Amino acid sequence: MGVESLPILTTRKDAVLAWGQKNSLWPMPFGTACCAIEFMSVVSSVFDIARFGAELVRFSPRQADLLLVAGTVTFKQGPILKQIYEQMPDPKWVISMGVCASSGGFYNNYCTVQGIDQIIPVDVYISGCPPRPEAILEAIIKLQHKIENPHTTPVAQYKAKEPHFDF
Amino acid sequence: MESAILFEKLKEKFPQAIKGSTDRFGQLEIQLEAKAIPDVVQFLRDDSECEFNMLIDIVSVDYSAYPDWKEDRFGVVYLLKSLTLGHRAQLKVTVSESNPEIPTISHLYANANWLEREAFDQIGIRFEGHPNLKRILNHHEFVGHPLRKDYPITRRQALSANESLMDEMIVRLKEKGWE
Amino acid sequence: MINNFDTKTLLPVRSSQGLDSLKHQEKKDLVLVNLGPSHPASHGTLRAFLALDGETIAAAVTEIGYLHRGFEKDCEAHTFQQCIPYTDRLNYVSAIMNNVGFCKAVERMLRVEVPERAIYIRVITNELNRIIDHLVCAGANLVDIGALTNFWYSFNVREKVYNILEKLCGARLTSSYTRIGGLSRDVYPEFAAEVKAVLKEIQLGVNDVQKLVSNNRIFLDRTKDICVISKERAISYGWTGPTLRACGVEYDLRKSDPYYHYEDFKFDIPVGSVGDTYDRIFIRFYEIEESIHIIEQALGKMPKGPIITDDKRVALPPKQQTYGNIEGLMNHFKIIMHGICPEPGEIYDFTEAANGELGFYIVADGGKNPYRVKCRPPCFMNFAAFGEMIEGTMVADAVATLGSINIIAGELDR
Ligand code: SF4
Repeated sequence: MGVESLPILTTRKDAVLAWGQKNSLWPMPFGTACCAIEFMSVVSSVFDIARFGAELVRFSPRQADLLLVAGTVTFKQGPILKQIYEQMPDPKWVISMGVCASSGGFYNNYCTVQGIDQIIPVDVYISGCPPRPEAILEAIIKLQHKIENPHTTPVAQYKAKEPHFDF
Repeated sequence: MESAILFEKLKEKFPQAIKGSTDRFGQLEIQLEAKAIPDVVQFLRDDSECEFNMLIDIVSVDYSAYPDWKEDRFGVVYLLKSLTLGHRAQLKVTVSESNPEIPTISHLYANANWLEREAFDQIGIRFEGHPNLKRILNHHEFVGHPLRKDYPITRRQALSANESLMDEMIVRLKEKGWE
Repeated sequence: MINNFDTKTLLPVRSSQGLDSLKHQEKKDLVLVNLGPSHPASHGTLRAFLALDGETIAAAVTEIGYLHRGFEKDCEAHTFQQCIPYTDRLNYVSAIMNNVGFCKAVERMLRVEVPERAIYIRVITNELNRIIDHLVCAGANLVDIGALTNFWYSFNVREKVYNILEKLCGARLTSSYTRIGGLSRDVYPEFAAEVKAVLKEIQLGVNDVQKLVSNNRIFLDRTKDICVISKERAISYGWTGPTLRACGVEYDLRKSDPYYHYEDFKFDIPVGSVGDTYDRIFIRFYEIEESIHIIEQALGKMPKGPIITDDKRVALPPKQQTYGNIEGLMNHFKIIMHGICPEPGEIYDFTEAANGELGFYIVADGGKNPYRVKCRPPCFMNFAAFGEMIEGTMVADAVATLGSINIIAGELDR
């Protein structure tokens, strides 16, 4: 018997919420550098992030639930990243795109933060410099999986309110 | 104009200020006294045979680790270009570590303001008379000058809060008559 | 628009001490607003701090450095070859142009001759990159004005150029295609045919965009006579490249100080007449057409031959020799372990990149690492003028202008 003919379906509330959240991620690109250019490619028609329900790119953190940090974050940029993250309403997720955001990449020097997880919690990391557009799509799928299974893969939480830098 | 002729011309005009010259791959680098920079640059800009109307760049170098370096620690190179006559000039001054001061040329070229700020930020050259000599690339809580050879590449400095920029804004509003 | 409005740390809005005194004398209220550093219309991490009188910008100050990631210090800690990937990330929209600019300077220091074939391939890839850069700049700029369709038109062709570049060097964006003394690899067999095909599509795409905007009343109203900068002021700010040419100065390093046989190619330099946002956008469309001509000529002239010099000081020997005889092995070992060591000296060398004069001042001390590298980014000069340009205009004009001077943060802050 097909589902269509059922007048009522029962499910768990969190399951239906997660289903909604995962299929309508509203990303806010925190694009600082080269990776942001690749993110533009993901949004444009060839790769088309809309296939995964995340095409509604918001430029205000208050309207977004997915923060996509694309690019190098320097110490000068650090307080801004933190502020933007805090401005986002819960529930919220973070994807760190590219090695720069994930670990500082090959900028191991005096001005680059060695991974944004020293400032904000991160859910999915993408390697690559810049990652290929497909990798970003994969990260979105990973995140969707994570949203669906909150018990096995808990969402990253703020450990400390103050950034903790490992110098 | 050939850079050799330019050198002769400058030597005639500023006999005390010009110290020497070196060939840098076809471009003559003219060394001079730091104090003379504004006068020489102004002359180069306004003289009808020179007409160096564009400041290409200001490069600052810390020579403290350079092999066999006998002059003062910091070098600053001014690169000039004439769009009308098509030639280039390269001027170099050196300043000591104890007194790294050069008179500003920010009143002569509009971009000198930022370029001098960058040299100050990265190497620590102080430009006398600069209207707003503060850091430009590094954040305002940064201590030291990262491109000095004794600054370790991985010495990181965190920033707690960004600048408000009110200091610059008040000056700018006054200039615009909002007093 | 205002993204850090209500915070203690980042920004006092209205009630700051300085402004109170201003308010007494002048009856008007000025509102302080931050445009950036994380702002969708600011194309990267730029910050303009504006004092608004209504919607008009009364005063503007700008701040940069949010993407300062230590390019120059990193170069000092790496060998000359290892610096090439760092140069990719200066102007990341047109990475090969930076590779070429850097390699050209080092090659001049080493007095190495680059083979003819490599020169022609460099010219072709350079011009392809110039096209991409202009497409991205114009496309993004038009989005800021509200013309979203153009973004798809220009990005579709851009994606096709990226496919070619990817086939060529394995990376879409950060290509690291050149090596000191030549190139990392030769072009693939179908290269010429594919480039020719894509050039046609570029021309079509550009025509489409132009058709949409050139008689569009909204576009014209938004760009004509907006944020005009005079020739003298632009020169004093050190502007080069398309933005300077938009002000009516016919200055292009490919013509005035030709390198890589640019003197043999037939192409024109488009020049603007007013120096407004309109000129700065349209000059890019015309330059794309000129670049297409250059590529067509270069494809026809490209000779056969090696793509990297045989100078033993800089080029790795072919793999057969490395594995086949002791000399090749030692040669390989020496270059890998000891690096490329130019004689002590200093050089300033420049190329015409998509945004203007891209210069590298390199100091060598005889070692394998550069002693000091200073990059002269064309954006730096453009952005220095930004505050002055937008004063007296509306906020929306400021956004349109920012797009038209094409600031790439990677190059601006290095
Ligand atoms: S990971 Fe690579 S491409 Fe991405 S911002 Fe960093 S340097 Fe640029």
